[in-house]
Amino acid sequence: MTLSLNGIVGRGEFERMLDISVADGEVLAITGPNGSGKSTVIHTIAGLIPLRSGKLQSDGTTWDEPATNTWIASENRTCAVVFQDIRLFAHMSVISNVAYGLRARGVRKDEALSRSETLLARVGLTSFGNRRPNDISGGERQRVALARALVLEPRVLLLDEPLSAVDAASRSGLRELLPELLSGFAGSTILVSHDPADVEALASATLQF
Amino acid sequence: MRVWGTVSDVAVQRRELKFKKPGIDRFFHFVVTTGALVSLLVLGLIAVFLFLRGFQIFKDMGLSFITGSLWEGTGAPGEPTTYGIAPMLVGSIVLSLVAVVIALPLSVAAALFIEFYTAPRLKKFLVSLLDLAAAIPSVIYGLWGFFILAPRATEWAISLNHLFGWFPLFHVPAPFFDGSPFIGGMVLAVMIAPIITSVAREVFSQTPPDQISAAHALGGRKWSAIRYVALPFGRSGIIGGAMLGLGRALGETVAIYLVVNIAFKTNLNILFTGSGNIASMIALKFGEASQYEVKALLAAGFVLFAFTLAVNMFATYIVNLSKRKSA
Repeated sequence: MTLSLNGIVGRGEFERMLDISVADGEVLAITGPNGSGKSTVIHTIAGLIPLRSGKLQSDGTTWDEPATNTWIASENRTCAVVFQDIRLFAHMSVISNVAYGLRARGVRKDEALSRSETLLARVGLTSFGNRRPNDISGGERQRVALARALVLEPRVLLLDEPLSAVDAASRSGLRELLPELLSGFAGSTILVSHDPADVEALASATLQF
Repeated sequence: MRVWGTVSDVAVQRRELKFKKPGIDRFFHFVVTTGALVSLLVLGLIAVFLFLRGFQIFKDMGLSFITGSLWEGTGAPGEPTTYGIAPMLVGSIVLSLVAVVIALPLSVAAALFIEFYTAPRLKKFLVSLLDLAAAIPSVIYGLWGFFILAPRATEWAISLNHLFGWFPLFHVPAPFFDGSPFIGGMVLAVMIAPIITSVAREVFSQTPPDQISAAHALGGRKWSAIRYVALPFGRSGIIGGAMLGLGRALGETVAIYLVVNIAFKTNLNILFTGSGNIASMIALKFGEASQYEVKALLAAGFVLFAFTLAVNMFATYIVNLSKRKSA
């Protein structure tokens, strides 16, 4: 078992009790209507908001436990996020976006770039490295965001509505790509989605909010 | 539910949309428009005044008023009279550039510190301190520069010359280090640092928090998030602040008058004594100037005015350019 969260997540007035665990290679889908706190779970695991109470653990390491004052900062957690609103760095080229996390973790520049190129090829954007995020389509941006997360080889992959910010045409391409990427991913995945078809196609377990 | 027809089978009637603004709105519109136009008008009138008063000089001296480096005579009949402001124009630029080169890295670092590293309460205090520093009259900076900074800066200049004297910029023709452009530029740097810091901090504070948290979520530490998110985002603010500081430094009078040995010569050895800028020259010469010379000083004022305006317009252009790029 790699990731377990048992406690109360919350943001502002909103609070929710949760008990989930995701094993290696497993994809847990969280579905539910807007405002039910799906993104809050993602942000809590990523360390962007703290747990209200309880315990968040990955690979036996406690990431967040208010009772014992345990807190691992976001940048030190072995997880990677694909945000609902994508959040690419607009002033950097596509390849620099993908290489960012590796560079931030002290990987040498040429190695970071070659690993990023490999990942870009896997998401089908081989010659896109020098383009800017604003010059490519929404579906391509989403692929960059996936590459940017996967290149880090995280233990936990957090996908927040990876298909929602994308038009219908790009979505079908991503629907084929995502299972392929996820089947090659060794860690645990949490997928937030409100689309039953995506959940059906990708998830090995489902949590209904 | 009513089904709307397509455009072709309904008669589309264009209607004029008229909004009659309430009286109070129109009144307010009038007040702010007038205010904006008046300040523009005053600016234009100043330019016209300076140009008309100095026109005779531009006519008599021609281009050599800008390029010449002699300032001689009173304009009395029979007396050879030449006015050229090149040394002071160069002095203005050198002093301001020294100031910006010193102030810019300090200001950016200060802005980053205030925005990203201080506790909220300290931040509030520092921000108000910054506004306060920007409001200190320049004569105070001048006195501080004269009594406190200059004696020490002279020592630094000697060391700099000792180490880097082989580099033309730090070369001195004779061992006189007081009242140099270097010291004047340092005083200006202290004067303009608050405004650069303030503008840069303002822009840094608008860095999208989403992007910063994205950087953290991808393993970026604080410095990495600043380096790759905040700094690129704030670039236009940094440039804009620097240009604003440059504009202020170009026109500074009293502080330069107090700290620099005003000498009418072109001095590019920044550690060597003697320099000046147009503003300080006007202040220095105005009291004892003949009628004709006053016209020359007003003409010099016009050149300074036009030059500062050009710098500011160029700054606006650069800021807009980088804004468009980062958008």
